[in-house]
Amino acid sequence: MTKQFLLDGQPVPFEDGQTILEAARIAGHYIPSLCWHKDFAPHGSCKLCIVKAAGRHVSACATPAKEGWEVESNSPEMNGERRGLLQMLFVEGNHFCPSCEKSGNCELQALGYEYEMLTSRFRHFYPDRPVDASHPDVLLDFNRCIFCELCVRASRDVDGKSVFALTGRGIDKHLVVNAESGRLADTDFAKDDLAANICPVGVILHKREGFAVPIGERTYDNATIRSKKLKESSS
Amino acid sequence: MRCVLQPEVLVSALPSVPLVTLDDVLQRHSHDPTRLLQILIDAQEIEGWLPAPSLTRIAAALHIPRARVEGVAGFYSFLYTRPVGRYRVLFSDNITDRMLGNAELLDALCRKLWIEPGKVSEDGLVSVTTTSCTGLCDQGPAMLVNGRAIGQLNHRRINEIAELIRQQRPLDLWPAEYFSIDDNIRRRDALLDLDMPPGAALTAAIARGRDGWLAEMQASNLRGRGGAGFATAVKWASARNAPGAQKVIVCNADEGEPGTFKDRVLLNSFADLVFEGMALAAWAVGASEGFLYLRGEYRYLRPQLEAVLASRRQAGLLGTSILGAPGFDFDIQIHLGAGAYVCGEETALLESLEGKRGTPRIRPPFPVIKGYLGRPTVVNNVETLAKTCLVALEGGEAFAATGTAQSAGTKLLSISGDCAAPGIYEYPFGVPIARILEDCGASDTQAVQVGGASGMCLASYEFQRRIAYEDVPTAGAFMIFDGTRDLFDVARAFVHFFAHESCGFCTPCRVGTALLKGFMDKLADGHGAKADLTDIDWLDRLLKNASHCGLGSAAPNPVIDTLQKFRPAYERRLVSLDFEPAFDLDAALAEARQLTARDDPGAHLKTHEEEEK
Repeated sequence: MTKQFLLDGQPVPFEDGQTILEAARIAGHYIPSLCWHKDFAPHGSCKLCIVKAAGRHVSACATPAKEGWEVESNSPEMNGERRGLLQMLFVEGNHFCPSCEKSGNCELQALGYEYEMLTSRFRHFYPDRPVDASHPDVLLDFNRCIFCELCVRASRDVDGKSVFALTGRGIDKHLVVNAESGRLADTDFAKDDLAANICPVGVILHKREGFAVPIGERTYDNATIRSKKLKESSS
Repeated sequence: MRCVLQPEVLVSALPSVPLVTLDDVLQRHSHDPTRLLQILIDAQEIEGWLPAPSLTRIAAALHIPRARVEGVAGFYSFLYTRPVGRYRVLFSDNITDRMLGNAELLDALCRKLWIEPGKVSEDGLVSVTTTSCTGLCDQGPAMLVNGRAIGQLNHRRINEIAELIRQQRPLDLWPAEYFSIDDNIRRRDALLDLDMPPGAALTAAIARGRDGWLAEMQASNLRGRGGAGFATAVKWASARNAPGAQKVIVCNADEGEPGTFKDRVLLNSFADLVFEGMALAAWAVGASEGFLYLRGEYRYLRPQLEAVLASRRQAGLLGTSILGAPGFDFDIQIHLGAGAYVCGEETALLESLEGKRGTPRIRPPFPVIKGYLGRPTVVNNVETLAKTCLVALEGGEAFAATGTAQSAGTKLLSISGDCAAPGIYEYPFGVPIARILEDCGASDTQAVQVGGASGMCLASYEFQRRIAYEDVPTAGAFMIFDGTRDLFDVARAFVHFFAHESCGFCTPCRVGTALLKGFMDKLADGHGAKADLTDIDWLDRLLKNASHCGLGSAAPNPVIDTLQKFRPAYERRLVSLDFEPAFDLDAALAEARQLTARDDPGAHLKTHEEEEK
């Protein structure tokens, strides 16, 4: 007999070692995420996948499923917390969706719609994060960074280059590149690196490809992030 | 007498460290990337800060990406990637320092030296700013000058220090009494009364055999003194049973909780008990390697701790076949922290020990299974380890017979704030708050913050409660506030502390602590509205629920407690019952006023208060 837990009252089968998030998505239940990626170990920083398992808040991406657990995810309380986390991500950076090349393809924006984020609620931080346009093929717009570290992990673990790292602490944490000059042009970064193609928001942008697909016809213009991600998990 | 200062004399403003090169430093640490933090701390001695080319050279020498080195250098408060003064003055900024007037003293020092707080003087001589609690709350206000602690600051001392800095007098030639730190032990019980010859506890434990010794520990019911209260024997047994050789014992001496300083006293005057405790843990677990992770603020204790380690090696209490027990090989090295409260969290501490940013890990796996470099690792608090000597000497049952049913033994309390006799008090568990207040000479007490910023704020109607895991658990801090104090200011100071110390890994803590700080500042600035209290409540809950580690989930505690117990302190700051913007038009003109050197009434907009008058 396969093991199972209850997600919002619905049985979800799982295999030993599977996390709540993996098992849920395979079974067709969406738990949102930004820093999680199927090809990488769980990171657990964005906290959008927060669920209540056996009464305790845990990150669904990093918590192995357990037989018989009752997990609460798609409830007003949990979705309210997710909306709050999204609002936090929006106010700590500089996110201007209407002028962003990633609009329509951006997971942060898509989740904002998914969780009905109508206002930013909190005071904006307006951090000063200069753009790095030094590289011939790629532009870095740090204003949109959400610190998911997918570029850090992809560059280190797959590309074998360690182009990116985080420095600073707390609200002053920020992305740096692997060069004394601090310029992307002085690293061995290339536009075909996995790290150049993994950013869920609009930090790492390819030059000369702007608006190739018109706004209105992009990934999350046509379908919700919920349905897209569930499709990916079932394929 | 006139004296011409030579360049060498200027450099020696740093503590008496011989001039070394980066190659020396790298050599000293065997080009080992897991020692990156130690390398950066030592490399910083060369120029007082870490210039970009030095980071590049370190990365190349260790064969690791430069970005990783920059990532680590940027994480720790005491590592500087921009120039700081040759005299680096850091005022301790715990609430107890504030109550003793540290802000006024900082201003006075800056005025005398003609500098602005947080900026380096034009000639690069001096910089003055604040830092999180340095653990001298019983003898504050306190400061660190180039890593050396000075307590009992007052205007006279500040005047003298300004003069010494202006004269560029090397620290070693400053009056020795500045650097004398008192233990201030006010009440002794089982541990502080113990007069144990080094090795006695180990001898007793070895005689019982590894199993027998672990059984004694189980019988003792000793629980972790770092605050969480996990059963020490269970931790040891898990590590012992975990697969993998080369097990590790770590003593967590990253005593960063504001208001706590008992580990400083244990390390200063009872270091033998602490190291003996580590060896006792190694005997039970079968560990071969030990680390004392010493917080950067206590760096000045390092030479004397190294001396204790050396004499223990001499006496056969460390090294191979300890006390002649075959296969009992264990040694201890000291690793320094560099100003990061979060490294007190055990998995962040392990990351830091491995030379990384102090970001807490995902658990499970727990350190007892996969800790330092993936090896089974026991992380124990300083006081916990010292207490194991009592168990070894007197037996587990005798230890379990003291204290309360769920809290065996005694607890060291670091008492500071509004009382006649601040210092270290050792009590059996179960002691009521009221008794402690009486003993330390506190009167008109409004509230007590037990367990530091992350602990509990108790109001006077709770003073019959007891110090014990089952009632008021604590890592040892006990800060007293009398009737003249404003509990809102206390909570706000702690909120600032958490925002400063958040590692920034997870969204709720990184942004939430910064937002909470913004709300508290808004209230303090007189722009608060009732809607803000609702938002504060909501943030408190999210931080508690969604944070990655204990820092984030404890960060709202001071606000939750004071909002509940001292709500008028918040409400009297509200100007409106619904909404009020945080934006302050007059404050926004501050820069223009500074540029035009004006501060007359005409340079200000009318504010709320003036309108009311």
